[in-house]
Amino acid sequence: MGTYITFPELLLWLPLLGGIACFFMKDAKPVKAWSLIISLITLLVSVGSLLYADNSKYPTYNSVNYIWLKYLGNSFYLGLDGMGRILTFLIALGFPIIFLATYKNNYKSPSAFYGLMLLAQAGMMGVFISMDALLFYFFWELALIPVYFLCSRWGGERRIPATFKFFVYTFVGSLLMLVGIIYIYLHTNQRSFEDGTISAHSFALSSFYNASLSASDQNWLFWLFFAAFAVKMPVFPFHTWQPDTYDQAPTSVTMVLSGLMVKMGLFGVIRWLIPILPLATIKFTNIVMVLSIAGIIYASFLAMVQDNLKRLVAYSSIAHIGLMCAAIFAMNTLSVQGVMLQMFNHGINIIGLWIVIDIIEKQTGVKHISKLKGIANKAPVLTIMLLVIALANIALPLTNGFVGEFMMFGGLFSFNSWYAVAASLSIILAAVYTLRMIRNVFYGETNSLTENIKDISFNQQFVLGFIVLLIFILGVYPQPVIDLTKSAVTSLLKI
Amino acid sequence: MNAIIFSAAWGIVMMFSGVFIKSKQASVYMAITGILLLFCVNTYELYTGHSFFNIATHDMLRTSSFNLSFLAVVHACTLLYFLLSGNDIRKVGEHVGEYFALLFFVLCGVALSATFNTLLLLFLGIEIISIPLYILTGSSKRNLKGNEASLKYFLMGAFSTGIMLMGIAFIYGGNTSASFYINQISLGTGPVPVMIVVGMVFLVIALSFKVSAAPFHFWAPDVYDGAPTVFTAFMSTIVKVASFFAFVRLFENAFGNFQNQWQTLIVIIIIATLLFGNITAIFQQSVKRMLAYSSIAQAGFMMFAVFAINDRAREGLVLYSAAYSIASIGLFAVLAKMNDYTIEGFNGMAKEHPVIAACCATFLLSLTGIPLTAGFQSKFFMLLAAVQNGHSFWLVIVAVLFAAISAYYYFRIIQAMYFKDTDTAISFNETISTGFRVVLISSAALIIILGIFPELLIGWLYH
Repeated sequence: MGTYITFPELLLWLPLLGGIACFFMKDAKPVKAWSLIISLITLLVSVGSLLYADNSKYPTYNSVNYIWLKYLGNSFYLGLDGMGRILTFLIALGFPIIFLATYKNNYKSPSAFYGLMLLAQAGMMGVFISMDALLFYFFWELALIPVYFLCSRWGGERRIPATFKFFVYTFVGSLLMLVGIIYIYLHTNQRSFEDGTISAHSFALSSFYNASLSASDQNWLFWLFFAAFAVKMPVFPFHTWQPDTYDQAPTSVTMVLSGLMVKMGLFGVIRWLIPILPLATIKFTNIVMVLSIAGIIYASFLAMVQDNLKRLVAYSSIAHIGLMCAAIFAMNTLSVQGVMLQMFNHGINIIGLWIVIDIIEKQTGVKHISKLKGIANKAPVLTIMLLVIALANIALPLTNGFVGEFMMFGGLFSFNSWYAVAASLSIILAAVYTLRMIRNVFYGETNSLTENIKDISFNQQFVLGFIVLLIFILGVYPQPVIDLTKSAVTSLLKI
Repeated sequence: MNAIIFSAAWGIVMMFSGVFIKSKQASVYMAITGILLLFCVNTYELYTGHSFFNIATHDMLRTSSFNLSFLAVVHACTLLYFLLSGNDIRKVGEHVGEYFALLFFVLCGVALSATFNTLLLLFLGIEIISIPLYILTGSSKRNLKGNEASLKYFLMGAFSTGIMLMGIAFIYGGNTSASFYINQISLGTGPVPVMIVVGMVFLVIALSFKVSAAPFHFWAPDVYDGAPTVFTAFMSTIVKVASFFAFVRLFENAFGNFQNQWQTLIVIIIIATLLFGNITAIFQQSVKRMLAYSSIAQAGFMMFAVFAINDRAREGLVLYSAAYSIASIGLFAVLAKMNDYTIEGFNGMAKEHPVIAACCATFLLSLTGIPLTAGFQSKFFMLLAAVQNGHSFWLVIVAVLFAAISAYYYFRIIQAMYFKDTDTAISFNETISTGFRVVLISSAALIIILGIFPELLIGWLYH
C-alpha cells in the first residue's frame, strides 16, 4: 500500500474526485447512492488509517510529499499525525451519517448539491492533513467555497445576505492569516529538496516551527492568525455570522458547518498558532481566555431566550467551542487532551441534534419552540434518542460529553480557578436551556402541528442509534481516542 | 524585435486588406492568423534568442526573457480576445480591417514599451499604444457617449503626454551623463538633483494616468463605459498591463538605486487607487461600469510590482497580467453578447446557461483572488514581493482588506447568476456558438491551471 498510495492521499482524492463525478450525473437517485458510497469508502480508509497508525511500523503509509512550487520552498506535503487522524476520522464519519440521515430529503439540482458536499469534505480533509503552510491556506479557503455555494443556493429565505456575511468574515480572517504566513515564510531558513534544489525560504510546517521571530513580531502575527481561527470557531466577538448562517443554511450543511467545520478553527490554533508563536501565546493567553469565557456565558444566556430551535443549537455551539478554546489556551496535558476528545464528541453530538431538528422541521414545517408541543406522545423513539444526545450535550456522566468536559474543566482549574468557575456556569446554563427545550417541545399535550407527527424511519433510527451508541461507548471507554492523540498533545506542550 | 516589426507589418497588411477583401468574416480570420503568427515569432525569439531582423538599434531596445515572456502573455491574451470577441468587433462598424489594423499597431506599441532602453523609445511606445486607442474609443460613430469618451480620452491623454515629455526633458537635464538611456542615469555625488526628482514625479504622474491609478484615473470610468464593450475589454486589460510593464521597467532600471526617494509616492498612489476603485465599484449597477472601476482597483494591486521591485514582483507582474487579462477578457466577451448590462441581467444564468455561468464564476473567483485560480497566485506573489521588500508592511494588510471588499461586488454577479431566479430569459444578442463556448471553457481551464501550476508561466522568465 505505502509504495503506491498513502492514507492521506486517499482521504483527499476520494471525496474530491467523487465530488467532481457527481456533477456529471443527472438523476437524484444515483447521485445520492454514489455520494453515500464514496463517503462510506472514505470512512473505511479512515478506519484503516487508525489501524495503521504506528509510524515506526508503517513509515510509508501516512505521509507523502510531491513537488509543487518548489522554487518557493513549497511542496504538496500531506501527512497524518494523531490529531489529524482523529479529526479526519470525524470528517469521514460525519459525512455518511449526514447523507444517511437526510437520505429522504429532496434538493433541487441534486447533482450539484452532493458534488459540492463532497468537495467540502475534500477541502476539510486537506486542512487536517496538509503539512505545508501554503497548502494549508489553499485548503482552508477551498473548504469555504463549496459551503458558500451550498448555503446560498439551498438555504432559507434570507440565505444570500446571511451566507455572504459568513463568507466575508472568514475571507477577511483568512487573508490576514495569509499575510502572517508570508511574513513568517520570509523568516524561515532555507529548505533543500531531495533532488538538490535549494530554496531560500520554506513553507514546511517544521520550518515554521523553527522560524526566527522576535517577540514583538510574534505579538502582531498572533492576531493575524487568531483572526482567521477565531472567526471560524467562532469565538466572541467574532461570532455574529454564526447564528444567522446556521439558521439559514440547509440543515445538512448546518451539520457540516457546526459539527465538522468549526474544528478547523480549533485545529488551526493547536497546529498553526501556538507552536509557531509560543511567546505571543503566553503573552495573550489571558485575553483569549477572557474572550472565550465571556463568549461562553453570553452565548449561554442568549440560548436561553431563543425561540428558534436552530438558533438555540447555534448559540449552544458557541458556548461549547468557547470552552474548548479556553481549554486549549490553558496549555496543560489534561485540558488539551480533553479538547482532543471533546472535538470528536462535539462533532458527533451536534450532528445528532441537527438530525433531530431536521426531522421535526421536515414533518411540522416549523422550528419554533413555542409552536411545538408533545412530540413524545407521537414519536417515542425520536424522543429517547434526542434525550440521550441532549444529555450528552450538557455533559451528563456516562456520556461522552462528560469525559471531555471534565478533563477540560480539570485542566482549566489548575490553570486558574476563577476562569474555571466562570466557565462552569456554562454547564448549568446548558442544562437550563436544553431541558426547557425538551420540556416544551417533547412533553405536554400535542397541538395541531404535532398531531400527525410520525416516528422516525428505519434509516434515521439506524443513524441516531449509532450516534447514541458512540455517545455511550466514548462515555465509558474514551481511552482509544486519548491514546491516539497523546503524542500530539505532548508535542504541543513541549513548546 | 520580432514582435515589433511583425505586429507593425501585419497592421499595415490588415489596413489594406479592406480594399481587397470584402468579407468581414475573412478579416476576423486574418487577424486571428496574424496574432497566432505573432505569438509564434515572439516565442521563437524567447526560446532561441534569435531575431529574424538584424537591425542596429544601438542598445535602444533590449530583449530579455523577462520582457519576451511578458510579450508572449500579451499575445496569448490577445489571441483569446480575438477568438472570443472577433464577432463583436465585426459588429462595431463597417471598417473591420481598420479596427484590427489599429489593434495590431497597439500591439506594436506594447512591444516597444516592453523592450525600451531609452526614455525616447518609452515615449514612442506609449504614444503608439495611445493614439489608436483614441480612435477605437470613438469607433462607434453614431454613439454620442462613445464620441464624448473619445474626446475626453484624447484631451486627457494629450495632457499626460505633455507631462511625460516634460519629465523626460527634466531627467535629461539633470542627468550628469547627458543621456536618454535609462541605465545611464547617474546622479553624481550628494543628494539627488532637483531636476531628476521633478522629472521623476512627472513620469509617475504620466504613467499613473496611463495605468489609471488614482488620483489620475478620472478618465477611466467614462472612457471604459463609453467605448464599445469589445474595445473596453482590450483597453482595460492588455493595454493596462502593458503600461504597467513599462512603469515597472522604467522604475527598476532608471530609478531603482534611489527607491527610498519615490517609494512613499507609490504608497500614496496605491492606497488612493485601492480606496477609490473598490469603494466606487460597490455602488455600480451596470456590470460594465463595475468592471471599469474594478479594473482601477486591480491596478492598485498591480502597483505593488512598482512598489516592491524584486524577483517576486517581476514574476507576480507577468502572472498578474495573464490572470487579470484572461479573466476580464472572458467576462467582457460574455457581457458584449448580452443585451442587459445591469447586474439583474445576470439573474438565473446558471440555470439557462450552466457552462457560461460556470466560466464567469471562475473568472470572478479569480479576480477576487480565491485559491486554485490564477488570480490568487498573482495576488499572492504581489503580497510576497511587498513583504519581502520590507518597507511599509502595514500597506499589505490594507491591501488584503481591500481585496476582501472586492469580494462584495464580484460576488454580486455570482449571486445573481446562481442564487436568484428570473422570469425573463437571459437575452443574448446572438446565439452562442460552440466555438465561443470552447474558447471560454479553455480560458477558465487556463485560469485554474495557472492557479495550480504558476511555474508553467514563471518558468518562461528564467528560460
